[in-house]
Amino acid sequence: MEVGKHSDEENLTAQVVRGKVLWEANNCMGCHTIMGEGAYYAPELTKVVERRGEGYMKAVLMSKTPWSPRGRKMVAYGFSEEQANDLVAFFTWIGNTDLNGFPPKPDYKSTINTK
Amino acid sequence: MRYKSQKLAYWFFALSMLLLTLQIVYGFIMAFAHLGYDVLHPVIAFNTARAVHTNLLVVWLLSGFMGAAYYIIPEEAEHEMVNVKLGFVQLISLAVVGVIAIIGYHFNYWEGRKFLEIPRPLDYLVVINVLTFLGLIIATLYKGKKRTTTSLVLTMGLVFAALLYLPGMIWFDNQTMDSFFRWWVVHLWVEGVWELIMGGILAFLLIKITGVDREVIEKWLYVIVGLTFISGVLGTGHHYYYIGTPKYWLIIGGIFSAMEPLAFLGMALFAIAMYRKGEKKHPNKIALSWTLGTAIVSFVGAGLLGLAHTFPQVNMYTHGTLVTAMHGHLAFWGAYAMIVLAIISYSMPNMTGRKLFDSTTGVLAFWLSNIGMLGMTVAFGVAGVAQVYLERKMGLDFGDVQKEIQVHFLILIVCATMFTTGIGLFIYEFIRYGLPTDEALESVN
Ligand code: HEC
Ligand code: HEM
Ligand code: HEM
Ligand SMILES: [Fe+2]
Repeated sequence: MEVGKHSDEENLTAQVVRGKVLWEANNCMGCHTIMGEGAYYAPELTKVVERRGEGYMKAVLMSKTPWSPRGRKMVAYGFSEEQANDLVAFFTWIGNTDLNGFPPKPDYKSTINTK
Repeated sequence: MRYKSQKLAYWFFALSMLLLTLQIVYGFIMAFAHLGYDVLHPVIAFNTARAVHTNLLVVWLLSGFMGAAYYIIPEEAEHEMVNVKLGFVQLISLAVVGVIAIIGYHFNYWEGRKFLEIPRPLDYLVVINVLTFLGLIIATLYKGKKRTTTSLVLTMGLVFAALLYLPGMIWFDNQTMDSFFRWWVVHLWVEGVWELIMGGILAFLLIKITGVDREVIEKWLYVIVGLTFISGVLGTGHHYYYIGTPKYWLIIGGIFSAMEPLAFLGMALFAIAMYRKGEKKHPNKIALSWTLGTAIVSFVGAGLLGLAHTFPQVNMYTHGTLVTAMHGHLAFWGAYAMIVLAIISYSMPNMTGRKLFDSTTGVLAFWLSNIGMLGMTVAFGVAGVAQVYLERKMGLDFGDVQKEIQVHFLILIVCATMFTTGIGLFIYEFIRYGLPTDEALESVN
């Protein structure tokens, strides 16, 4: 099916699905957006693997205190290594779906110095 | 002619007012969190506050629609509600399911899908509850003397709303499919079948308040129902641009959703035209304000502010930003909150026998809540547009952008305070009306 082709159905492994279960059971969508859907309180996560890399993400997910380098607090889930890997697999899969160009590439990124 | 069983409506309206109050409390919790004061984080994290805020919204609106149906159907069908006791059971079970869900959200008990957070076991209870409600309404219509277009459109809206709850209960491994069917509930409710409910209530109110012939008003209703379906069904495509679905949705969604404002424009023109045409000047001016208000504000909030980000070229940048929150607030307020407040304002004097409809409090409630909500819309809008430019165009980090736009949440809180004052006055009036009585409903007028 076409939806499948766009959404990378063939790479939908059991690990990705376990990640999705964690994503839903904890209502991460109540703070974050994914594929542009969800809440507007915390970063959009469609391209988070590309943006932060696996190590950073695992630090966020396994943190035992609320993660908040930029001020806002995330819930301190303190996930196990295995759970964190499942979530990273889920975000990797999401990052590989063909979203017709979303999120847009910023026009001026190269000229601005972001931390 | 009025019917004693219409009293049932009062209790649904009372539940509505209670849940609306709670919804606002959780709105403030989120607004303060955006402003940097998330002091409640350990107890009520943002995702809890949000799920409670939006679910309470949906439940108080549904309770309002149910109250409206319990008030309107006996009067239109010219028959008492078939089983008032069962109606009370349905009311209490609705409240209980709602309360369990809300408490559960504070203990990580939910399904993390925006707007559909109610966990599966409770979903089944919701289904039973709604079936009971529909059974009562349909049985009353069936036994009644008349089946008017107004009552049929209202009932059709309620039946479809119940059916469309079901696709939201299917589990998908694939996030794209999950999102695809989530919209069958969310979009097809607010831009489809709920519009029928709104149209039905609006037609009833206009018939009563303006005194224009039923034939004329119901002809308009057909046009509005037609426009809603033609545009709204394929209009779902405006949520299928960027979620992993094929490109043809960009065209389908763009074209059909751009026609959706026509249904809302139709309602606004319809209400104004009937008001102009009406010979009879009904004394309930406050109900008239809310009735015309809902038709006009829904066109602005849903129609115009929806159109503002519905084309794929724009939505690419605004998708999932505070721009969406701007539109969500004014659309829900104008179309569905105001229609519920309109039917409450109209029916309270009839149910209680007290004619408080020219009080200054009522007028103030109308203006403060509306101006407050417009201000909130502007605050979300300015924050949203700034976010789009800084994050999506300039490529700044999400967290840095949020710091830049934080000040707009101060404005949001100021306007929300004004809004809340208006709602407070509305509820004060509601309480002042007192309880419904048989004598009031029996006195024909
Ligand atoms: C209470 C709100 C909240 C909830 C719930 C929440 N997060 Fe977060 N999350 C945040 C905030 C705020 C940040 C950014 C913190 C910062 O950078 O200062 C964040 C950051 C992240 C990041 C790093 C993103 C980046 O670009 O820096 C990841 C990955 C993440 N969260 C995943 C999750 C997952 C998975 C869940 C669900 C299990 C979740 N979050 C639930 C608020 C939340
Ligand atoms: C005092 C009043 C209110 C305040 C302070 C408030 C504040 C907020 C905030 C901060 C959010 C979350 C945005 C985010 O994800 O970051 C939100 C979401 C929402 N609120 Fe309110 N709100 C209020 C009243 C209302 C009312 C009266 C309605 C309906 C008529 C409403 C409907 C919504 C909806 C539909 C959402 C979800 C929006 C979306 O997902 O795009 N709110 N509100
Ligand atoms: C009363 C009717 C309406 C209500 C209550 C309403 C409410 C909402 C809400 C709450 C959302 C956020 C949904 C989510 O992310 O889960 C939304 C999104 C959206 N609405 Fe509406 N809406 C209405 C009518 C319309 C109309 C008529 C249009 C178009 C002309 C429109 C265009 C959009 C678009 C394009 C989005 C997606 C925003 C994004 O990409 O983030 N809406 N609406
Ligand atoms: Fe929509």
